[in-house]
Amino acid sequence: MLSRESSATLMSAVTAFLYKEARFQDEHQYEAWEALWTDDGIYWVPANGDDIDPEKEMSIIYDNRSRISLRVKQLLTGKHHTQTPQSRLRRIVSNIELLDQQPGGDIPVASNSLVFESSLRDDTIWAARNEYRLRYVDGELRMAYKKVTLVNNAKALFTLSFLI
Amino acid sequence: MNVVPHASQWGELIRPDRVHGSLYKDPAIFEAELQNIWYRTWVYVGHESEVPNANDYVVKSIGPQSVIMTRDEQGKLNLLLNRCSHRGNQVCSYDKGNARSFTCPFHSWTFANDGRLVGYAFPDGYEGQDKSKLALGRVTRVQSYRGFVFGSFAAEGPTLEEHLGGAAETIDRLVRFSPEGEVEVTAGFLKHRVKANWKFILENECDGYHPAFVHSSIFGVADSAIGKLYGGNSTALTRDYGNGHTEIDLRPEFRKRDQPMSWFGTTQERLPDYTSRMKAAYGEKEAREIMVDGTPHVMIFPNLFIAEIQMFVIQPLAVDDSVQHVTALQFKGAPDLNRRLRQQTMGSVGPAGLLLADDSEMYERCHRGILARNPEWIFLGRGECRERHDEQGFKVGHVTDEIPSRGIWRHYRSLMEAR
Repeated sequence: MLSRESSATLMSAVTAFLYKEARFQDEHQYEAWEALWTDDGIYWVPANGDDIDPEKEMSIIYDNRSRISLRVKQLLTGKHHTQTPQSRLRRIVSNIELLDQQPGGDIPVASNSLVFESSLRDDTIWAARNEYRLRYVDGELRMAYKKVTLVNNAKALFTLSFLI
Repeated sequence: MNVVPHASQWGELIRPDRVHGSLYKDPAIFEAELQNIWYRTWVYVGHESEVPNANDYVVKSIGPQSVIMTRDEQGKLNLLLNRCSHRGNQVCSYDKGNARSFTCPFHSWTFANDGRLVGYAFPDGYEGQDKSKLALGRVTRVQSYRGFVFGSFAAEGPTLEEHLGGAAETIDRLVRFSPEGEVEVTAGFLKHRVKANWKFILENECDGYHPAFVHSSIFGVADSAIGKLYGGNSTALTRDYGNGHTEIDLRPEFRKRDQPMSWFGTTQERLPDYTSRMKAAYGEKEAREIMVDGTPHVMIFPNLFIAEIQMFVIQPLAVDDSVQHVTALQFKGAPDLNRRLRQQTMGSVGPAGLLLADDSEMYERCHRGILARNPEWIFLGRGECRERHDEQGFKVGHVTDEIPSRGIWRHYRSLMEAR
């Protein structure tokens, strides 16, 4: 259990981190976003529920660190047609909570997000629960794990080609 | 046009090398397609491995209709329409499960999982009624081919084998990738919705002209050998099996490489368990041939696309609204291969897939494009000048030729003209 003071300090650092990540995503700063990941990062967007086994069942995204990098490289080509032109995006991140920390382990954090996407097809609203494991690397917060559970992930979804 | 063409008029919209834009955008034509294609011919519904045990069920679809695929207590497969025979309420609200019966929540009518009405609330109000006339609706004919379950609403017509024709051999080829000869559909489906007509998806599946351009962003960064298969110098083929079934046959390229599992970008050494099981099942020589050739790339008309490592099921919801259901192919007795198939599939397809997000972008842009009035036609003449027949008599062409689209439309026309 952290002291009240250190908990408030951590909360403020985590909040700043999540807002920064959201801004990088909204503004398509792909390389800056990729730099937020640790070397063992896992980026997971499950399908068909909250608690499927991604090693056995299909997920919308289940990227290890090298596939995160591939995803970013594809976006950077400027020839990924679904993001050429890029979606216009703004997201609200809220309900940030520090979850119970394991001794010596990563910092578990949860938030909700609501994303407004305007693309050639139409305007689309995405809503999600986000679960993170954050870690200090060389004094900076980094993401070791991000799970994005879309509210409607059991339904047929339109293309999701921006960074959620 | 908002009037369905008369039988004699389809030929004005569908010509050998071009089709009219209204075929993709006219709601009246979409309704006619539901009647003449989706509710008449053989349509892929599900796979036997999705309901392995007695009383298992999974909810599927034929076009916009919800269909419950059940395995009843006798082990028989049923395709039931998800609609209470009383007032039309949907009797099943879950995607899958195990149930002997379905009870309608509206007035508690209860149906056995073979469709029979077995009870209703306060039965004294139905004295003299014949329960057997109030069963759930069902897909009239149900047939499987190597585990793939198809349904047809037509009481009579070609058998499933007749419908599959020459394309049945592609499914034979597919199941041989399992040392036990069976495909399993066990990894769950991603559901990718597009604001586009279903035929843009159907035609793209065996269009070998687009990958070099639509997928250049991923081929470039992933150091992928796929791009070359679809280049100008490729020896791969497009094939028209008739009945609307089409294929991209990549075997000529893989046979040139002559490396087992090269089609999947890997080697036998990285799949030792799978390799030894395949050799035990088929013998050294045949196992090697199977593993050099690779799995098929075939579009079974109108909705089952086997795309080497995954399968798609196309579902039309409205003239401009479609869903691609996609899952990794899994081969019985091949756990190490299956894990890679799931990983590759998740990276490639679905709403965030590195390949399919771009295909789907093309479907939607095409759909908006054809709203333009001029030119009215879609031109499908590529490779007409060099069509030939293979040794089985099927029409083949260069991998980038539009033989598949022309074959699809020829069959489409025959279905739409039928009474």
